[in-house]
Amino acid sequence: MSNSAEAGGSPARSLRDRFPLAALIIERCLLSLVLLFAVSVLIFAGVEALPGDFATTYLGQSATPQAIANITAELGLDRPVTTRYFDWLGGVLQGDFGTSWASRNSVSEQVGNRLGNSLFLAGFAAIIAVPLAIGLGMLSVHFRDRMPDKIINVISLAAISLPEFFIGYLLILYFAVNFGIATFPATVYQGMGFFERIQTIALPTATLVLVVLAHMMRMTRAAILSVMSSAYMETAELKGLSSWRAIVKHAAPNALAPIINVVALNLAYLVVGVVVVEVVFVYPGMGQYMVDAVTVRDMPVVQACGLIFAAVYILLNMLADILAIIANPRLRHPR
Amino acid sequence: MRLREIPITAWIGLFGIALAVFCALFAPWIAPHGETEVVGGVWQVPDDQFFFGLDNLGRDILSRLIYGTRTTLLVALAATVISFSLGILLSFTAAVSGGLVDTLFSRFNDLMMSIPTLIFALVVLAVLPQYLFVLILVMAVLDSTRVYRLGRAVALDVAVMEFVEAAKLRGEGKVWIIFREILPNTLSPLLAEFGLRFAFAILFLSTLSFLGLGIQPPTADWGGMVKENKDGIIFGISAALVPGSAIAALCICVNLVVDWLLKRTSSLKGGRGDA
Amino acid sequence: MPDTNLLSVRDLKIEATSYPPGEAPKRITIVDGVSFDLKKGKVLGLIGESGAGKSTIGLSALAYGRGGAEITGGEVKLDGTDILKLGKGGIRKLRGARICYVAQSAAAAFNPAHRLGDQVIEATVRHGLMSKAEAHKRALYLFQVLGLPNPETFGDRFPHQVSGGQLQRAMTAMALCSHPDLIIFDEPTTALDVTTQIDVLAAIKHAIEETDTAALYITHDLAVVAQISDDIMVLRHGKTVEYGSVQQIIEAPTEDYTRALVNVRQEIRHEAPDQTKALLRVDNVSAEYSNGFKVLHGVSLHLCKGQTLAIVGESGSGKSTLARVITGLLPPSEGKITFDGKPLTPSLKARPKDDLRRIQLIYQMADTAMNPRQTVRDIIGRPLTFYDGLRGAAKTARVKELLDQIEMGNGFIDRYPAELSGGQKQRVAIARALAAKPELILCDEPTSALDPLVAEGILKLLMKLQEEQKLSYVFITHDIAIVRAIADSVAVMHRGKLVRFGPKSQALSPPFDDYTDLLLKSVPEMELGWLEKVLATRRMESAGN
Repeated sequence: MSNSAEAGGSPARSLRDRFPLAALIIERCLLSLVLLFAVSVLIFAGVEALPGDFATTYLGQSATPQAIANITAELGLDRPVTTRYFDWLGGVLQGDFGTSWASRNSVSEQVGNRLGNSLFLAGFAAIIAVPLAIGLGMLSVHFRDRMPDKIINVISLAAISLPEFFIGYLLILYFAVNFGIATFPATVYQGMGFFERIQTIALPTATLVLVVLAHMMRMTRAAILSVMSSAYMETAELKGLSSWRAIVKHAAPNALAPIINVVALNLAYLVVGVVVVEVVFVYPGMGQYMVDAVTVRDMPVVQACGLIFAAVYILLNMLADILAIIANPRLRHPR
Repeated sequence: MRLREIPITAWIGLFGIALAVFCALFAPWIAPHGETEVVGGVWQVPDDQFFFGLDNLGRDILSRLIYGTRTTLLVALAATVISFSLGILLSFTAAVSGGLVDTLFSRFNDLMMSIPTLIFALVVLAVLPQYLFVLILVMAVLDSTRVYRLGRAVALDVAVMEFVEAAKLRGEGKVWIIFREILPNTLSPLLAEFGLRFAFAILFLSTLSFLGLGIQPPTADWGGMVKENKDGIIFGISAALVPGSAIAALCICVNLVVDWLLKRTSSLKGGRGDA
Repeated sequence: MPDTNLLSVRDLKIEATSYPPGEAPKRITIVDGVSFDLKKGKVLGLIGESGAGKSTIGLSALAYGRGGAEITGGEVKLDGTDILKLGKGGIRKLRGARICYVAQSAAAAFNPAHRLGDQVIEATVRHGLMSKAEAHKRALYLFQVLGLPNPETFGDRFPHQVSGGQLQRAMTAMALCSHPDLIIFDEPTTALDVTTQIDVLAAIKHAIEETDTAALYITHDLAVVAQISDDIMVLRHGKTVEYGSVQQIIEAPTEDYTRALVNVRQEIRHEAPDQTKALLRVDNVSAEYSNGFKVLHGVSLHLCKGQTLAIVGESGSGKSTLARVITGLLPPSEGKITFDGKPLTPSLKARPKDDLRRIQLIYQMADTAMNPRQTVRDIIGRPLTFYDGLRGAAKTARVKELLDQIEMGNGFIDRYPAELSGGQKQRVAIARALAAKPELILCDEPTSALDPLVAEGILKLLMKLQEEQKLSYVFITHDIAIVRAIADSVAVMHRGKLVRFGPKSQALSPPFDDYTDLLLKSVPEMELGWLEKVLATRRMESAGN
């Protein structure tokens, strides 16, 4: 294992060998860029290449050929695919996602506000869910194979089996309708006060937390367990260290990277989870916007939302990888 | 393996799955009313005649639930089987071939996985015509990326073992190596993964139907039934929660069985199942 | 007087629960009725094969059971106190203070996140035995005693920044730091190369003498333990085979098993003369991995029909890679290989089926070399079907015939590999190779994972088959004794280069090249005082320079 880092043959140490940390991080960032570009192609091409004539879809089955020709020209669908792609990409890079077919409004304007709402909801849920999940994960490891661990295991197993909308409506029925202590629907508007806003999104936040908590907790538990079963933890025990010191001094620094990874992965999951939760709570975010656009086949909006969701997801995954790279002592202190 | 070594939780799971399969197979005989038959008032409360009450159009919820089992199970199962066959075939081919084939397949898979499944499905379903087979195929293709990743990891674990190398040295072809050397040694983790994917397919189908992009009305399916009855919630009518509970219960049952399978795998292979 | 013993173990019994797949869990006994005494400042060697229970016994001196092992009987007394009765807090005060542990893999046992120096002094400081400054001074002294490079700055490094041999010495420093009464060395040199092993061994021996600590030294290599111990206990299947002073065990063993361990392997085969026509000829072969790393540099050698070519070298010398190149798994980047007068297709994929049949490979680990889901019948029968098209009764008859040849009965035919012992598995692997009716068999350390008695049987079987069927072997090993016993010609490899090649009588006699000299001198010999002798020669040589 220690031989794996042996330099491969060349006598002069390259920049890569001397700064493995920087090299890996730059590499990871470039990879994300390439991925983003490929995703944009995929989303654009996917929409283009799939069957179904947009003009017909747009106007309905009874449209006259003349009307179809007009609308095709108006939407620019008669130009070659590559031209349209680069026009679209150029616009996207300048923050212009085109015009909605349904409302004839600028997509960017609509998206800007809603993206903020979605991120606020997801972020607020994350602030609550992350410490809770890590805490419960540690608790579960501490009581490994004993009653609290088994109870947590069964409950979390059940929780990952619940669909988001089921949790959502359950919470609405009890807290908003029966007890009347929470608001539904979760309507937020610009200029709303911070505390009022938080009160309004209490139920959607709770739903998201419940959805993501079980996953994150189970993954945290697995990550810590794998560290706890490593040989250096045995060394710590055979050195006569207290279990507290062994955990804080020896397990924690090594568990950091995997836990960061788990958190970032689940944040990415959260961002997607908002789609359903927003529909349930009629929350004016990106998710609901996208679902509405999909039902009326408003393609520029679908493309824009798809690309933004994918971008957030890719960036969070990148962040997870980079933090894990930084947390690795082998890379921080090269030979 | 003896029956009494199966833990009680796994028995509960197996029983739940068996019940669902029974409902799906014999729906017309056990459902008290027709799938789309209007038998009373809108959101009529449960009574002796209608166990779960009536839905937003006055149809019997219990009957629709039973018919819905049929649709939900069938679509989820079909999607999982296709996704699994596709994912395993591609991943094993990649693992055994190595080199360019592996790189190409894996990079493309990374690309597919870099878009969240639900978002991808929304984009694609916005464009495609609404047919049942299209829905199944979209679910299957998107899900096969996850199967591919696990399948490749598991197959690589086995493919580097010396008995596979010995088979290559003997001059065996790819088909023999995949089906006779690797597959028998990966069945246990793959079976567990099949369960996981199946549970996910049920959830995913229900989510799509709930968003109005899955099974189209008036065909009964659990996610769609939640959508139909969701407006009742504000009036304190819990009709939407009945199909929701059914989805949750079935997924819990599947997961209980998977949990047991994973534990068996990890005790077989020395702790692989946990991570 | 019982109190002269530092450590006194009586009637130790250790059990564990095993979980065989598909069966009910069952209790197994790992250690049964083991007793020994250790006086202050003395070293007891525990020797045995893997599964003999020697590590488990060593850890019991720390009142620790690894992986679910439980001490269920007997007593472990340190200075008259039974440490098994101390309770959690009491035993914690002993660990890392009075009793310390050196693990086999220091690379895994050190925490990758902390500097070596901090880890070395941690236990000593936490137990309140020294201040941080005192402990640092002690660590510096130990780094010097153990011959670590740049002792002043060594502690500032992270585990991944130093070599395996240095890590092993750092772990020894960690164990010695608290002035312990007892150190458990658990195979501290097993993971190292022979040429590194001797330095670490010398460092450990020197440090033990310098600090006057007692030690339990666990290893599977009797020659190693003979250099360092005062007493030796030979273990097998969790029971004591023989227990006595190092002189008695090495010079006058009473048990057959010990005698087999002590006996230098006899030459089974006398060297056959070199012939002009070679079966296998490797000409100037180089090879590299797909990442461009060059593993073989212009290797040329040959093997005559019916003979054995032994390839010796340490890990990373390229000896196994050469076998992979010959099989076609790793096509050479330069050079060519001739087999029976005709050039061999470089890549496995393009090689004719008949060439594949004529060259067979036997692996080190028979466990992983056989599909666990196939029966012996399937394993041996597949080459028969694949190459000769045998099926049904004809195939069964031939499988039985092959089982006969490897001295196993027909009763094994429907067993799975998991139901066979290590030696039986290796025999089945040999039968699988024989089923192809090969001319050349490449043996990649086929005996190094086996108990010495079992290994002896496998070697004899291979020699018998060679006589009967005119087989040729390329035998890869790191064990010079085996080379002496079975080879006709010898190749010594080092860092991907062939440093020596010729008939056995020439290759293993002086004058030597530098590397072969170092290699031969580093292999521990079953002789008391061998280590001192080698070190004395070294000192003389370095003084002479």
